[in-house]
Amino acid sequence: MVVARMLALGSIDLSRALHHAEAIGRVLRGLELTVERRLPADLIDRIDTLKADLGGRSTDDFGFDPEAIKPLAPFLAWLYYEYFRVETFGLHDLPAGRVLFVSNHSGQLPIDGMMIGSALLFEGRPPRAVRSMIERWVPSLPFVSTFFARVGQVLGTPENCRTLLLQDEAVLVFPEGIRGINKTYDKAYQLQAFGHGFMRLALENRTPIVPVAVVGAEEQYPALWNLEPLARLLALPAVPITPLFPLTGLLGLLPLPVRYRIHFGRPMYFSGDPHEEEAAMHDRVMQVKQAIQDMLDRGVAEREHIFW
Amino acid sequence: MRIAITGISGRFGRLLAQRLHRRHTVVGIDRRPYHERPADVELHQIDIRRQRCEDIFRAGGFDAVVHLNVMHDPRASSEDHHTFNIRGTTRVMEYCVRYAIPKLVLLSSADVYGPRAENPQFLTEDAPLMGGTRFGEIRDLIALDMCAQSFFWKHPDVATVILRPVHIIGAVRNAPSNYLRLLHIPRLAGFDPMLQVIHEADVADAIAAALKPGVRGVYNVAGCAPVPLSTLLRLTGRPRIDFPHFLAEAAVERLWRLRLTNFPAPEVDHLQYVCMVDDGPFRAATGFRPANDLDATMAHLRLTSAADLR
Repeated sequence: MVVARMLALGSIDLSRALHHAEAIGRVLRGLELTVERRLPADLIDRIDTLKADLGGRSTDDFGFDPEAIKPLAPFLAWLYYEYFRVETFGLHDLPAGRVLFVSNHSGQLPIDGMMIGSALLFEGRPPRAVRSMIERWVPSLPFVSTFFARVGQVLGTPENCRTLLLQDEAVLVFPEGIRGINKTYDKAYQLQAFGHGFMRLALENRTPIVPVAVVGAEEQYPALWNLEPLARLLALPAVPITPLFPLTGLLGLLPLPVRYRIHFGRPMYFSGDPHEEEAAMHDRVMQVKQAIQDMLDRGVAEREHIFW
Repeated sequence: MRIAITGISGRFGRLLAQRLHRRHTVVGIDRRPYHERPADVELHQIDIRRQRCEDIFRAGGFDAVVHLNVMHDPRASSEDHHTFNIRGTTRVMEYCVRYAIPKLVLLSSADVYGPRAENPQFLTEDAPLMGGTRFGEIRDLIALDMCAQSFFWKHPDVATVILRPVHIIGAVRNAPSNYLRLLHIPRLAGFDPMLQVIHEADVADAIAAALKPGVRGVYNVAGCAPVPLSTLLRLTGRPRIDFPHFLAEAAVERLWRLRLTNFPAPEVDHLQYVCMVDDGPFRAATGFRPANDLDATMAHLRLTSAADLR
C-alpha cells in the first residue's frame, strides 16, 4: 500500500515520464559525492559566528562546541543539498533572540531535527545554532551522548529549556516525542498527542513560538510495522519494519533519498499565567498544533513528488 | 566578631583561619593538633563530642560558628563516620541554641544531588538529594545536610548557612583531587560530561562570605565556568586510559577492595553523568566571585603533590 501510495504521487503519470526521468537523473547525480561543488563558501564563517556567544571558552555550559561541527560540515552539506535537497519556506521571517521552534517529528531517526538545524545554520540570516531537546535516555549512550552535546543538543528537561531561553537561544522541541518519530506510515502526517510543557515555558519566558512543519521525513523510512516486543527486548524505542528493512539488510538502513520541505510558520505570541491548569494550556497548544497540521496538509498537497 | 571554627586543623579550617584571624577573633576546636598556627588563634584540642566542649561555647560569647568538623574519609568505618559526623553536628547545633549564637555555617557538597542521567544541566538548591541512590557512603553527608536543613527551619533565630560546593580541587584528599592526581587517568570511553571544579581557596572565601550578616539558607557554590571532563584531563598533562563503561564500575570496585585505588566505585558515575549546580542565589546573596579560573585551579593541583597531603 505504501509503495502504491508513493508511486501514485506522480510517477505513473505517463505524460510526465520524461520530466521524471530527468529528475531521477538529477537525484542520481546528487547521490555522487559532489560535496565541494555545493559546499556554501561561507559555511565555515557561519560556524565561526556561533563562537561569538562563547566568550572565548571552547564550549558553552552545555558542552556545545561550534568547532566540532566543522569536520562534519561537508557531510551535513551533502545531506542537506544533495541527498535530501532540502527546500525551506518562511526561513527569513524568523524572530531574533529567544525563540521556541515547535515541529512535527517523523521518520524513525531524528534526521528532521538535523535538517532543521542545518537549515538555520546554512541559510539562516543570521546563522543560528538550534538547540534541540533530546530524549532522556541519550545521556546513557557512550559516544552518542558526547557527540550530541558537542553539536549543541541538550537533554530535554524544563530546567534546561528555561536556561537556554534565558540565554536567548533558539530551542527546538518535538512535543510528540517518540510517539511521533516512531509512528508507522499509515499515520503519516497526522500529528500525535502533544505535550504541554513547551507552552508553559514559552509563557513563563515570554518566548515567541515558531511552528515548523517538516514534509518528506515520513517517507525516508516508511514503517509498515513496529516490532514492539523485539524493541522492548533490545531496550530500543522501536524496531520498524520498512519495505527495505530488514529485507535488504544494511541497505535497508539507508534512508530513502526523499526530498525535504521545511515550512517555518509565522511566530505565534502567547501570554498568560504559565501555572494555569492543563485545560487552559490545552487550548493554546491546540492552536500551535493546528498551525503545524495546516502547514503539513498544505505542504503535502502542494508537493509535486516525494523524491523531487 | 568572635568566630568559633570546629575542625580548624583540617585543610579548610586552616585556610579559613588564615583569612579571618587578622580581622576577627578566631577560636579553634579540633582533636588534631594545628601546626603553624597563627599566634592569635586560640586552639582547644578536644573531641567535639566531649561534654567538656560545652564550656568553650558557654564562655565563648561567639558571634558565629563555622562547623567543619566533618569526616569525609570513605575508608573509615561507616559507624565511626556516622556517629562522629551526626553527633558532632547536633552538639554544635544545641550549643548555638543554648548560648544564643546568631550564626552557623556548615559545609555540605554538591555531591548530595548525585550524578544522574536525567539531571538538568544546572541543579538548583530545591533539587532532591539523590546522591545516595547508588553511593551508600554519601548518605552520611546527605543526613548531615538534611539535619542542618531541619535545624534551619526549627531555629529561625540562628542564621544557618549550608554550603554545597562543587568538586573541590587542591591539597585535599577528596575523590576529584585524588582522581586528577593519578599517573594514568582512567576515563569512560565515549563519555565526556561537563564538570564544575572549585579551587580550595575559593571554598574558604565562600565560607568567609557566608559569615556576612543577613546571609542564611542553603546555597550551591560553584567555581570556574563548566568545562568538559576532557579539558580537565588535558590540563593535568597526564596520559589517560579509556575503559568501556560497563566494565569500569566492577573493575574499580575490585581495585578499591584491594586498596589499589582511592576512588570509590560509585564515583565513576561522575565520569558519565552531569552533576552541576546553579550558584546564582549564592552570588546574589553574598556578591561572592571565585578568584581562581580553571588554569589557576589546575596549576594549583599540579603544585600539590602527595607530600602536601598531611
